[in-house]
Amino acid sequence: MTSRWLHPGAWWLWSLCLAAAASQTTNPLLLALLICAAVIVVAARKPDAPWGKSFEFFLFLGAMIITIRVLFQIVFGAGFGTTILFELPGVSFPTWMSGLRLGGSVTLEALLGAFYDGLRIATIAIVIGAANSLASPTRLLKAVPTALYELGVSIVVALTFVPQLTTDAVRIREMRRLRGRNSKGLKGFVSLGLPVLAGALDRSIILAESMDSRGYGRHQKETTVGRRVSITLVLASLSLALIGVYSLLTAGTSALVAILIVSIGLILGGITVWRAGRTRIRTVYRPDRWALPEWLVSIAGVTVLAIFLGVRVWADQTLVLTPALDTWPALPLWGLLAFGIACTPAITTPPPPAFDSETNEPISVEART
Amino acid sequence: MISFEHVTFRYTEQGPSVLRDLNLEIPAGELALLLGATGSGKTTFLRAINGLVPHFTGGHFTGSVSINGRSTQVNQPRELADLVGFVAQDPASGFVTDLVEDELAYSMECLGIDPPVMRRRVEEILDLLSLTELRNRPLHTLSGGQQQRVAIGSVLTAQPKVLVLDEPTSALDPGAAEEVLAALHRLVHDLGITVVLAEHRLERVMQYCDSILLLENGSIRSGSPSELMQTSSIAPPVIHLGRLAGWDPLPISIRDARRAAPPLRALLANHSPRIQAVPTHSPRIVEIKNVHCSYGKKTVLRGVDLELDAGEITALMGRNGAGKSTLLRTLVGLKDQSKGTIHVNGVDPHTLAAKDLLRHVGFVPQEPQDLFESLSVADECKSSDADAGCPPGTTRALLALMAPDVQDGTHPRDLSEGQQMLLALCLIVAARPPLLLLDEPTRGLDYPTKKKLGEVLRGLANAGHSVLMATHDVELVAELATRVVIMGDGEIVANGPTQSVITDSPMFAPQVSKVLAPDRWITVEQIAHALNQELA
Repeated sequence: MTSRWLHPGAWWLWSLCLAAAASQTTNPLLLALLICAAVIVVAARKPDAPWGKSFEFFLFLGAMIITIRVLFQIVFGAGFGTTILFELPGVSFPTWMSGLRLGGSVTLEALLGAFYDGLRIATIAIVIGAANSLASPTRLLKAVPTALYELGVSIVVALTFVPQLTTDAVRIREMRRLRGRNSKGLKGFVSLGLPVLAGALDRSIILAESMDSRGYGRHQKETTVGRRVSITLVLASLSLALIGVYSLLTAGTSALVAILIVSIGLILGGITVWRAGRTRIRTVYRPDRWALPEWLVSIAGVTVLAIFLGVRVWADQTLVLTPALDTWPALPLWGLLAFGIACTPAITTPPPPAFDSETNEPISVEART
Repeated sequence: MISFEHVTFRYTEQGPSVLRDLNLEIPAGELALLLGATGSGKTTFLRAINGLVPHFTGGHFTGSVSINGRSTQVNQPRELADLVGFVAQDPASGFVTDLVEDELAYSMECLGIDPPVMRRRVEEILDLLSLTELRNRPLHTLSGGQQQRVAIGSVLTAQPKVLVLDEPTSALDPGAAEEVLAALHRLVHDLGITVVLAEHRLERVMQYCDSILLLENGSIRSGSPSELMQTSSIAPPVIHLGRLAGWDPLPISIRDARRAAPPLRALLANHSPRIQAVPTHSPRIVEIKNVHCSYGKKTVLRGVDLELDAGEITALMGRNGAGKSTLLRTLVGLKDQSKGTIHVNGVDPHTLAAKDLLRHVGFVPQEPQDLFESLSVADECKSSDADAGCPPGTTRALLALMAPDVQDGTHPRDLSEGQQMLLALCLIVAARPPLLLLDEPTRGLDYPTKKKLGEVLRGLANAGHSVLMATHDVELVAELATRVVIMGDGEIVANGPTQSVITDSPMFAPQVSKVLAPDRWITVEQIAHALNQELA
């Protein structure tokens, strides 16, 4: 397949579907499979570009999430289960604060439950990190409708922040060594914070200035009232869509109500986009194509999510696990199927353009139309 | 085209005025060069042209700036995007997109230009700035000069009438700087664009400009180059040479100076340039043999051999990407060699623990603020004493010697670029490392600060340090270095005494040598010395 950049929307759709699927389960085997799928696809299609380097950071972030979740369980968690590992000196609170607990006995079941829960959040972070390194955030911006453009810009600046922070941290760690500091360990890690953030702040200001002097956000033929209406509409539609999606994904809300909320959100969104199209003047230079590979990637993502949601509707026991010590978590057949589908983008997509490491010349870049 | 009327600006209510009652008119089609010491407000002036000052910075602004009749008071920078193209100092951090073509189109997308027109203009700019080969490349794979040209192209696609550039060549090697300046020259001639640029490396830009704006104490003197250069304290070597030789009219370009030079040549015929004494029999500090180094699949160093002695100041020159920075990084143990041996002061630097490293080799990076971590200069110096294991107050005393006007309470990042460089140098030198490495130490420094830095470095060399600096600044090399090493494509291409290496190469020759070639004079100081002897 000739190399080209895949439409970033396809990668994000695929990854958000995987993230939504991960949110449906606490089965560690299913979650591990989803992480594997993300790792496989990233390994196959990661571009040799700055944004491609951020995946490792997300893997690290995942590990941190699990650690913190387990630590919280040990310190604050209410113990259930019977296998007591060790006792921490407990603090008893008055009855009106009965929800709160400090220390006490730590059980293996509780720890396992915390681990499953942490793994779920970590999986979500990692699959989203996969999209962040597969697709350039700024190319995604080109595909964003004009109405959401301002919002999109802030998200993109936030997304480009992560890879930048990692390169900065590496550089400043080196500088520490030059001054005779040992920057290993927790103390060294903490001392990086200030210079890294100062650098990041400086850079964001430069970027904002550059965008402004090149005409970003100019010439809105809108009145102040019109602009306020637009902002309200954007916020309302986004919150409705989010609430809808949230209630779809969590148990306890009627699916019908949830679908209703999502549709109202979408309709409001449509109105916003239509209004913005009327009043803004932004044009797009050579928009990205949405061709067969893009369809295949999106279908793969949507199918995985559909499998997970379908299983939830039919109430499969393997989806939500109560941590048990006597049995190994079950790995259902459909989980393997979903894993296979989640991995398909590693083969169905064209590789990203590569650049010769010696000359930096493009090895093969298909002419974009 | 650009007019300033009674412009006064200060960043804070009580603070000093950066611009003071400026009245100025820059006519259309002119290439104006803005001069001033570091911290004199050049960047502030440039940013006032498209309204970034005061719309982005805040501060106290009175008076009015108007561009082609449009005032910056009513128009935000974005409303002036079709009129003023602004290229900031570091082009890479201002890039909004990932690919060359997209970056060129960004301004036009914001202005809402029709897609067919966008296609056409992008093609035109690709041709005009010779970027055609690079159109599909990710921006981060470009060299510094290429990035600078893309940054210029990306504002030109909006077809502005005014182009404002802040130090467009300060990070570039001489060749890449030529490319960028040639492109600017073409824009002024072919498209009639008005260009205002600030630059410290006068020797590079002086010959291209029509007028000079000299910014001192918040006010501006403007005039033709030959007129202002009679008295300006900020001047490139060719001007100093002209003044010394009493040439009238004062030549601005090398070509003019060459034509005025024959009488001077005759005077100098019986003299030979005084050369800086190179210490002999001094201890060997660096010995590296057959060093290879690579990043991923890319080989950066291919079999480098180098020996450096105490008391030497060695300049490391070469194109961007020739391997200079990598060589410095291997010498300080930040990058492991894949093959070969490195001995610095008798040990391999990357086997050293962090706390011992500073006793063998010190490295001042290109961005000195990366070294800072405290909130005030005083704290920074204290922590440096602890790092270096020297008695309390050592670093502060050193700094007082190098930069007497730095205050204890100032935040290190608020210092001027020159002061930051000197502070970084103090933090490293406090431990007295036998080998001192510097990466582009004069980037963004004005002539007086450069001179100061030169004196400091020479003092260190005389005290027995071996100094190795990677630099593009040929004038600094001519004045300071005892030896020049030129790298190309990961190999050492030339290695020898300054006098002979730089006069041999047209790319790395300083102005004086270009004027008086084939005679081997390289600095104005040498000529002054010879003329004094002649008179005596």
